Amino acid sequence: MTWGLENVRVGFGRRIALDGVTVSAGPASVTVVVGGDGAGKSTCLKTLVGLVRPQAGSVRRPAKERIGYVPATAGLYADLTVQQNLDFSAGAYRLPAGQREQREQQLLERTGLAGVRRRLGGQLSGGMQRKLAVALALLHSPDLLVLDEPTTGVDPVSRAELWRLISAAAAQGTAVVVATTYVNEAARAASVVLLDAGRVLASGSPDAILRGVPGVVGTAAGAGRPGPLSWRRGTGWRVWAPDGELPAGAERAGPDFDDAVVVAELAAQAGR
Amino acid sequence: MWAMVAKEFRQLRRDRRTVAMMIVLPVVLLVVFGYAANFDVHDIPTVVVGPGARQAAASLRPPFRSIEVDPRGGEATARSKLQDGQAVVAVVTGGTDVDVLMDGTQLFSVETAEGALAKLSASTRATGRPAPRVRQQILYNPKLTTSWVMVPGLAGLILVFVGTLITSLGVVRERQTGTLEQLAVMPLRARDVIAGKIAPYLMVAAVDLTAIVLIGMGLFGVPFTGNVATFALGAALFLLVTLGMGVLISTVSQNQGQAIQLAFMIMLPQVLLSGLIFPVSSMAPGVRWISYVLPLTYFIQVSRGVMLKATPISALGQPLGLLALLAVVVLGLAIAAFRRDLAPSGRRGRRDAEPRDRGSETVAA
Repeated sequence: MTWGLENVRVGFGRRIALDGVTVSAGPASVTVVVGGDGAGKSTCLKTLVGLVRPQAGSVRRPAKERIGYVPATAGLYADLTVQQNLDFSAGAYRLPAGQREQREQQLLERTGLAGVRRRLGGQLSGGMQRKLAVALALLHSPDLLVLDEPTTGVDPVSRAELWRLISAAAAQGTAVVVATTYVNEAARAASVVLLDAGRVLASGSPDAILRGVPGVVGTAAGAGRPGPLSWRRGTGWRVWAPDGELPAGAERAGPDFDDAVVVAELAAQAGR
Repeated sequence: MWAMVAKEFRQLRRDRRTVAMMIVLPVVLLVVFGYAANFDVHDIPTVVVGPGARQAAASLRPPFRSIEVDPRGGEATARSKLQDGQAVVAVVTGGTDVDVLMDGTQLFSVETAEGALAKLSASTRATGRPAPRVRQQILYNPKLTTSWVMVPGLAGLILVFVGTLITSLGVVRERQTGTLEQLAVMPLRARDVIAGKIAPYLMVAAVDLTAIVLIGMGLFGVPFTGNVATFALGAALFLLVTLGMGVLISTVSQNQGQAIQLAFMIMLPQVLLSGLIFPVSSMAPGVRWISYVLPLTYFIQVSRGVMLKATPISALGQPLGLLALLAVVVLGLAIAAFRRDLAPSGRRGRRDAEPRDRGSETVAA
């Protein structure tokens, strides 16, 4: 079963938060919704899980019992221990007693939280809190797992561990939708939706998005900015030439996913 | 310093509810409580029984107001009217003396009645006419001990504090920490969440209530003359209302500060307008109606009635029924408001296709 949004519009008062957004999440795959701050990622995910009502379009989601959701705030109880947080989620999803213990133990080990099961949620590090939040969302083996920026503000090691958890869930058949501001994370996904100002700039597999980059991307060295359609990358510059004519001094380079995202945003700005 | 002042004003301007409370609330409180804070009793419901009832009733002058004249009734009828709370004073005629029975749980009314009776007897003596001797008897609280009357009411007030304030903070905390969002996606019904939220507080409050009553009995010698089950029923209904109010407050508050403000707005009137301190009958009619929508008003009737007067459940139908009605209304509103928080997408969304296996849903706008 494929879940997702189809041509969804969401508004808050006069502000349009999502406009004609389509996101599709198939089983055993990871869909990444990527975009900058205020792009509409959280609204998109909240609409998918039923926290926000769309004004137009349709939403297809499993029953509540089959959804796992991690909000941007992690959504765990700071004044309950790790174990008590797990117990509450297990109770809310009515996990049978036998299955509950086994699943809790499994997830505690997988997240590396087994040693801190008696520690209060509020006393965990940021990365541990995120891992606990993902464990809570995975406890009932959902059909659809929705994670709102699970890796934001998390150190690289914890980020890698979180992605291992997410990938493992997908490998077991769960449809996963992850919102992130980290473009490099989008490259891991089966499909990517690039959001900007509530609109989809590009969507598809990372390869398809790369193939669809219009014009030519190049690199340039030097301190001076080579042109208006250029941006910093390391010590040099990346340049985008929509008409294929790179400025003098720039050399053609194969676009990577970071380039694809920046180009999509530049193209959208040019089109507005 | 000016930067700080400007920042504070800007923040204050965005918190309109606080500004409104700072400006409007003191004025409202002054007006309402000014009219409510009144110890003077001008109306004492009086029942007159016995063969000379009509004659005695005809001679009654304010503050006594005859509510029933029963020439065939005796002292038992009179006592029953006082016990049921229908009258504060009962005049029993028929003997050589006239017996005046008074309900000692109504402190200010009894003090006013005593003064009025003293005046009456003095004026009768002055005329030189023969008059029957008046024998006064104060029932239920013979020494007019203030603590006997206050403890049953204070028990209710403490429960308002625990129930309304603590519950409202508990739910708002969920909103502030983002866990309310998590609850909203869990397969929990609004009524289950509310029931789960208030059940622990209900138990703690029940323990609290028991402790308060026992301490009141031990320290102040307050009697408990009535049926414990009747008291428990009244307390349970009252607690449901106060806890429901807490949940209701939390659904319209964005943060703990707002919840505390609102909770105090609900608690303050209960202190002054419920009959705990000032007699409801002495309040100006313009503010008296407020006391009739406050749950503490009815709990005080039940707790004082059961503890001090052994009032039977059959005579407490009205306060118990109104508490039940308030519980239904408040909890109903709380559930409706909470449901809006928990399932915003389900409010006006139309399900396109009814899922055959109930395993998924397609929601179309």
